[in-house]
Amino acid sequence: MAKRIEIESLSCFYGNFKAVEDVTLSVEPKSVTAFIGPSGCGKSTVLRALNRMHEVTPGAHVTGRVLLDQDDIYGPGVDPVQVRRTIGMVFQRPNPFPTMSVLDNVVAGLRLNGMKTKSTLAEEAERALRGAGLWDEVKDRLHRPGAGLSGGQQQRVCIARAIAVQPQVLLMDEPCSALDPISTLAIEDLIAQLRDQYTIVIVTHNMQQASRVSERTGFFNISGVGQPGKLIEMDSTHKIFSNPTEKRTEDYVTGRFG
Amino acid sequence: MSTATALPPPSTLVGRKLPRWTPAALVAGALAIAGVLAVLGPADSIEGFVLWTGSLFLIGQTVASFAVEGGRHARDRLVTSLIYTSFVITVIPLVSVLILTIKNGMARFDSSFFSSSLRNIAATNAGGGAYHALVGTIEQVLIATAFAVPVGIFVAIYLVEFGTGGFARTVSTFVDVMTGLPSIVAGLFILSFWILALGQGYSGFAGALALAILMLPIVVRSTEEMLRLVPDALREASYALGVPRWKTIVRIVIPTALPGIVTGVMLGVARVAGETAPVLLVTFGTNSINTDPFSGPQSSLPLFVYQQAGLPNQVAIDRAWTGALTLILFVMLLNLAARLVTYFWRARMGR
Ligand SMILES: Nc1ncnc2c1ncn2[C@@H]1O[C@H](COP(=O)(O)OP(=O)(O)OP(=O)(O)O)[C@@H](O)[C@H]1O
Ligand SMILES: [Mg+2]
Repeated sequence: MAKRIEIESLSCFYGNFKAVEDVTLSVEPKSVTAFIGPSGCGKSTVLRALNRMHEVTPGAHVTGRVLLDQDDIYGPGVDPVQVRRTIGMVFQRPNPFPTMSVLDNVVAGLRLNGMKTKSTLAEEAERALRGAGLWDEVKDRLHRPGAGLSGGQQQRVCIARAIAVQPQVLLMDEPCSALDPISTLAIEDLIAQLRDQYTIVIVTHNMQQASRVSERTGFFNISGVGQPGKLIEMDSTHKIFSNPTEKRTEDYVTGRFG
Repeated sequence: MSTATALPPPSTLVGRKLPRWTPAALVAGALAIAGVLAVLGPADSIEGFVLWTGSLFLIGQTVASFAVEGGRHARDRLVTSLIYTSFVITVIPLVSVLILTIKNGMARFDSSFFSSSLRNIAATNAGGGAYHALVGTIEQVLIATAFAVPVGIFVAIYLVEFGTGGFARTVSTFVDVMTGLPSIVAGLFILSFWILALGQGYSGFAGALALAILMLPIVVRSTEEMLRLVPDALREASYALGVPRWKTIVRIVIPTALPGIVTGVMLGVARVAGETAPVLLVTFGTNSINTDPFSGPQSSLPLFVYQQAGLPNQVAIDRAWTGALTLILFVMLLNLAARLVTYFWRARMGR
């Protein structure tokens, strides 16, 4: 069920501004791929282009192709809603629905997409919450507001919500940047478990995190203000962090700039 | 005593402060001076006395605070006092209107007021009631709401979720223009369009149409504001689950904004429930009970108050007061009902 993603000469625009230029890379199924790079180099933009979330921003569009197994998600007649059901996303800031309880948050995707049976929903919620490693913490307050949990718990509710709809790919945009080291560890453990079933792409500023959780790493960079971001190098995580081909990658991962 | 030596050295972070009793003392001083002024002449009235006391207190507090605590604290105290004063000034008319209406309205607040009309009651007769007017107001306001709320919410959704470019700007401008529309103009429009041009008769429904025109921009603007407050992160979270856009709006955006939308609708209801001019023009008004809003003249509470208050008899004026009180209660009850509905609806959704 996990699928492979091929990105072919993808460029992303906000109106006339070209934010990302000519990215070509592939994401292996049932593995974790990390995107690293300095702020503003377009990691989030590329990630959001992978489930057609990019175009939600007014004026934003892309050129190039993104293949999910064989199918171009930007092909003619492709329904973005269908794409997003297949490719789930976790955002940088936890964003549980404030009007819903923990349980309703977790099954929101299922319910809004038509699943009605209460007992099935409850089972699915438990499965997703166990999957997100949150079941024991919240099983006594499933009916309390989702916004009443701690930030780390909220983020794991959001992960549970994303995996409850059983996507084939999971995109995570700095999922731990608002979290403490313990919650971060919990989410990293979770990623390690999820990799058996899902294709995962994670954006992170934390190099240790990238080296801990990912098999492959892509390094993005930007040559100057107003210039488009580019993919500099993509390789196995081990190679990127120990012996990268590009000088710029080495400078970045070792903390030497300019 | 050893406490003197045990005290920590004075912190540079602690500034000098006026003692706690200063405001009380200043009030007392201001009262005393104003009292003297009252005896001597300049403050020889209640308003003068209050004004003098307030000004003296403000000046005294600012000067004392400036001398002891410094400029920032002095400004802080001055502005705090001004804000409290503004609050009191704002509340005085509200509370006095309420008190006056309750006091004068109680005289006729009896069961016959709510069970009889003014049919066969001459201006000088005691008795009679506003049942016909209450029925008219309820029907007209509900019909107006039934028109204005769905249309208003749809327009707001269009403006926030879909509207870009020229058409949305045009719609937005028209809503602004409608907000400033004098209510008599709405009445005249319905009079010339519905009654004169289309040849429909005077009716409560015509009044409801005029009220809907007045209500629409209020609903649009307040709903729009509330929808814009819903963070984009929630919309994106929903899209990311593969939820289509319309469902995201209906199930995520609107529930999140619902309490604000309800408040906006209630503001609209309160605004139009008290409208006299457009109703006067197109419902014609009657002293008899007419429960059918679609045919024949109908009365309404503002109209009832307007007509009774214009009569030179105490019995009629008493009726007018009770009518006004009823109108206030009607709006308050509607408000309460709407809040309860939202509360339970959210509670049900939240489970
Ligand atoms: N909604 C937007 N409208 C216009 N420009 C945008 C928008 N979002 C991002 N950009 C621009 O696109 C470029 C890439 O932004 P992006 O958010 O992808 O960077 P990033 O690599 O994720 O940075 P960070 O590490 O800080 O999250 C930046 O120059 C940014 O200013
Ligand atoms: Mg980013």
